[in-house]
Amino acid sequence: MKLRKILLASAALATLAGAAPADSVLKWGANRDIGSLDPYSYGDSFTINVLNHVYEGLVRYNKDLKIEPALAESWEILDDQVTWRFKLREGVTFHNGNPFTAADVVASLARVSDDASPLKGNLPAYVSSEAVDDLTVDIKLNGTYPLLLNDLTNIHIFDEEWMTEHDALKPTDIGAGVEGYATYNANGTGPFSVESRQPDAKTVFVKNPEWWDTPQHNLDGFELLPVTSAATRVAALLSGEISFTNDAPVQDLPRLEAAPNVSVLEGVDLRTVMIGFPFRETLTTSEANPFTDVKVREALYKAIDLDLIHQKVMRGKSRIAGATVAPPIPGYAPELDELPEFDPDAARQMLSEAGVPEGLSFEFSCISDGLVNEEQFCQAIASMWSRVGLAPKLDVAPRAVQTPKRTSGNTDVYILGWATLPMLDAYSPLLQIFHTKEGNSGVFNWGGWSFPELDKLIDAAGSELDLEKRLALETEALGIVKKEHIMLPLHQQPMAWAVTDEVSAMPLFPDNKPRLWFATMK
Amino acid sequence: MLAFLIKRTANAIFVMLAVAFLAFVIFRFFGDPVEMMVNEQATQSDRAELRERLGLNDGFITQYVRFVVNAAQMDFGISYRNQQDVTVLIKDRFPATFELVLVATVISLVVGIPLGVVTAVHRNSALANVLQTGSIVGISLPSFVVGIMLILLFSVTLGWLPAFGRGETVDIGWWSTGLLTPSGRQALILPSISLSIFQITMVMRLVRAEMLETLRTDYVKFARARGVPRGRVHWRHALRNCLMPVITLTGMQIGNLIAFALVTETVFQWPGMGMLFIQAVTFVDIPVMAAYLMLVSLIFVVLNTVVDITYAWVDPRLRDDTARAGGAHG
Amino acid sequence: MAEAKDPMDKTLTPDMRTATDATLVPVRRSRLKRLRESDLWFSFRSHPSAIFAAGLLTLIALTAFLAPWITPQNPYDLSSLELWNSEIPPIWNAEGQWPYILGTDTQGRDILSAILYGSRISLVIGFASVILALAVGLALGLVAGFFGGWSDNVIMRIGDVLLSMPFILIAILITAVASASLPTGLKDVLAAPILIVAIAVPSWVQYARTVRASAMVESRKEYVQAARLIRVKAWRIMLHHILPNCMTPIMVAATLNFGLAILSEATLSFLGVGMPPDQPSLGTLIRIGNQYLFSGLWWIVVFPAIQLCLIVLSVNMIGDWLRDALNPKLR
Repeated sequence: MKLRKILLASAALATLAGAAPADSVLKWGANRDIGSLDPYSYGDSFTINVLNHVYEGLVRYNKDLKIEPALAESWEILDDQVTWRFKLREGVTFHNGNPFTAADVVASLARVSDDASPLKGNLPAYVSSEAVDDLTVDIKLNGTYPLLLNDLTNIHIFDEEWMTEHDALKPTDIGAGVEGYATYNANGTGPFSVESRQPDAKTVFVKNPEWWDTPQHNLDGFELLPVTSAATRVAALLSGEISFTNDAPVQDLPRLEAAPNVSVLEGVDLRTVMIGFPFRETLTTSEANPFTDVKVREALYKAIDLDLIHQKVMRGKSRIAGATVAPPIPGYAPELDELPEFDPDAARQMLSEAGVPEGLSFEFSCISDGLVNEEQFCQAIASMWSRVGLAPKLDVAPRAVQTPKRTSGNTDVYILGWATLPMLDAYSPLLQIFHTKEGNSGVFNWGGWSFPELDKLIDAAGSELDLEKRLALETEALGIVKKEHIMLPLHQQPMAWAVTDEVSAMPLFPDNKPRLWFATMK
Repeated sequence: MLAFLIKRTANAIFVMLAVAFLAFVIFRFFGDPVEMMVNEQATQSDRAELRERLGLNDGFITQYVRFVVNAAQMDFGISYRNQQDVTVLIKDRFPATFELVLVATVISLVVGIPLGVVTAVHRNSALANVLQTGSIVGISLPSFVVGIMLILLFSVTLGWLPAFGRGETVDIGWWSTGLLTPSGRQALILPSISLSIFQITMVMRLVRAEMLETLRTDYVKFARARGVPRGRVHWRHALRNCLMPVITLTGMQIGNLIAFALVTETVFQWPGMGMLFIQAVTFVDIPVMAAYLMLVSLIFVVLNTVVDITYAWVDPRLRDDTARAGGAHG
Repeated sequence: MAEAKDPMDKTLTPDMRTATDATLVPVRRSRLKRLRESDLWFSFRSHPSAIFAAGLLTLIALTAFLAPWITPQNPYDLSSLELWNSEIPPIWNAEGQWPYILGTDTQGRDILSAILYGSRISLVIGFASVILALAVGLALGLVAGFFGGWSDNVIMRIGDVLLSMPFILIAILITAVASASLPTGLKDVLAAPILIVAIAVPSWVQYARTVRASAMVESRKEYVQAARLIRVKAWRIMLHHILPNCMTPIMVAATLNFGLAILSEATLSFLGVGMPPDQPSLGTLIRIGNQYLFSGLWWIVVFPAIQLCLIVLSVNMIGDWLRDALNPKLR
């Protein structure tokens, strides 16, 4: 036992000595760590984004966020309209050398749709899959469904043999009290493989020399270093301890831009920030709920000075929004983006006409570890509403505390950011937020509203295979959302990345996901 | 002595059981882990099902018994957030916190003891007054403010030392140490200084008080009268007499330092147990919170019990005292 | 110990009661007088650092409690914040603006007003938690020391359990649990009381132990036995003897704990489990300001940090002086 320990120790020392720091290792300072090395056991977009460097899907988004073939080379819908046939890429190997075949796809789809998988909902239409031959797979759906490819961009393919060998065919079940092998180990087909991982400290990725695609990056690898404090992240970037961050605080951008060794990449995120309302009988303060009245919701919109928030809180970096989806999202139409007129006097007038009592007290729920400067714009909005005679009670707490209150209907007015990921289509918020809460629909309909006319349009869009017709239906549905002021869009939030001068190229994507297989270093 | 030993141990076990009960009661009513584990798109029935599988629908007593039985076997389950065995997770983080606390303790002794002796020996001198005032400033500075200022000065402005993390570490068995690499040692400097400021002033004040008392004793006066050089009297004989309480205090403070390290670890992003705990609080990671509370309390109780037993062994009068305190008014 | 609560008490004649009190009153008075004429006042006058600290603390407390009348803005009134006036630097800066002497934060909150209101919260929470801990500690310590038996056992075991968990950990747990389980409407109102309790809970044990030890020594003395014999309420006599006996260590401990309580409150608020951002204490202001440390908005974090350090420093200087002045060994 003792000997074994010594051997292990010397082996560890040896690997450390061998891993001399290579020149092109990108140090990525993220605002948080990934939750696991197993994308199917942890329902979280950032974890999936990082692990996308290791695991790949059948299809992927290219540099312009258009879907292109990845592990699948081509696909077709069979005559029954519900079965999709995928032709797989030949000659792809996993990091452990195993070849990629149809059995891997079948096992991965079974794993992701397992009852214990938190990602099950990411493949809502999936029924079953079958290997036709070594490089052909049939995927059966529960009906005609236009967005399968969008869903598949985020479904990572595992190696069936590897999973069988390590008893990892099922996702990690926390309830069963057993750790999963895939939680610490990874074996994908992607451009990078995992070398080591210390949770919350450092995860090291190295280049996969056997990658099937021609690399556009020139990295030898990268390290993911979680640095949760924004100020520390800025300090680390300025001192060169990290060479890239995907979350540069907007208030520190002037300082970062002024630094000779740092450059800032800015853009507008696809994520739309919105205010939601309760539709229940009473508020949490047990007063009568006035927010079911569209006039009241409109008055609250008029009371918000969107431009001032844009200027001061978001430092001119956000995009003021009138629509609940961002312009690049299919289903968006410019007429939906008309902005409300800021008019506090009119707002006060409308509130009193609607019979809202002066000094009405209600809860305003915001998340402290949520959107860009959420705490600040929440305070600003609360201040604006209190100036038209309302008394919002600001409730700022971590996501962990707020989400259960929201899902169980114990919140009045709340903030929600929605990026339509991974679908990148207006169908995403329509189905998940605006649809009446029933079954797989309206999961994020926290206010509990129901607009039957709207539901009909959404359901029709969900089974319409013709793109033009589907988008027309979605736009019409968004029009109802706008007219009824179900949620009040505020802005698309800014996104800011920063790199040191070691990095020569780092393409910025509107979905705010770093894709280091496009990055280059000097 | 045996009776005392048994009594003291039984007491320690009782305290740990009470801590376990407290930990369980608190965590049972705190937040909702299910919401943290499911995906944005999970349906209501998915959530209900997960709740059932986690045993969150069982009765209060059932859940408490399960908790205590498991805790006694060092089994705190799987972290909701990291999906790893909590015991392993804490074991991995323990070296980082322990090295930080250890270095801070060494700094506090190396700096605190000489300062304490100087302020006692040269009582009323200008230097002693400055140091005395300085020590009050030391206990008045919030450690998070000290940490922020150190980062601002040494990392951002001067660029000498890293602002976060542990640097390179080397594994020796399951223990990972940052003491063997240059970057690991550099990374240790700022956090350990910021953690030790409070401890330095405590050691300094204790040494000063003990020294002042010792200097009054007859044997010191006698030694001085006999013409033993002053420095020798102070630094050899008098100081040696003061060291026992200092070492006892330092030992008992280790539990406190481990807990207080969570503030330092938060400021410096130090990957230790404290940061694990704070993140667990944010993510409602109940198993990690329970395990951390139990572990830190265990360290506390063990240190206190050992100190008590040692003292009773050295000085039998204390045994009587405790016995009397327990029985006199029955 | 049942005799202490003897129902025979009722049979005490009024005369006997008065007699007891009459013998006690002169003792107490002379004690107070002695204290006033004692070295304490002299020691205070001859310690410039104590005078300085007391003066500073008085100034801070006065400005803090007069804040509603002397500040240009009520930082807790949301409708008084104007986002247009955010991030104004201090007045001596070229871009400074009257009346924002120390500048404004990112919400347009006047820093000076926020500091004074924040100091008020910090002082009140610190003071109230010390008083609460004192009251609970003295009461429980007396009960434990005087009645002994199971009540002593229960109280001291609870104390053992509390002392076997680090101070900061207990406080974090209490505030975190409370804020997670309270409805929002109550959370705002109760934020300060929760902090007071969270800081008091781990600190009463110290007082209880001191009083208990003193009570145990006292209860064995002959006069207590004598009092029991003549069926006088023994505990009343003891109160008058025990409390003055242990007042010195308790006063020193309470003063130093006052500083510690203010630091604890600031630390909890810094970690995000203390006062909410719409009623900021000094710790909350530093937590918010810390996010802007590198953005050039140094005044948001530096001024509250200075004020916090000054408050704790002056309290600690007074406590330090008090300890030396009351410790006969050091005279």
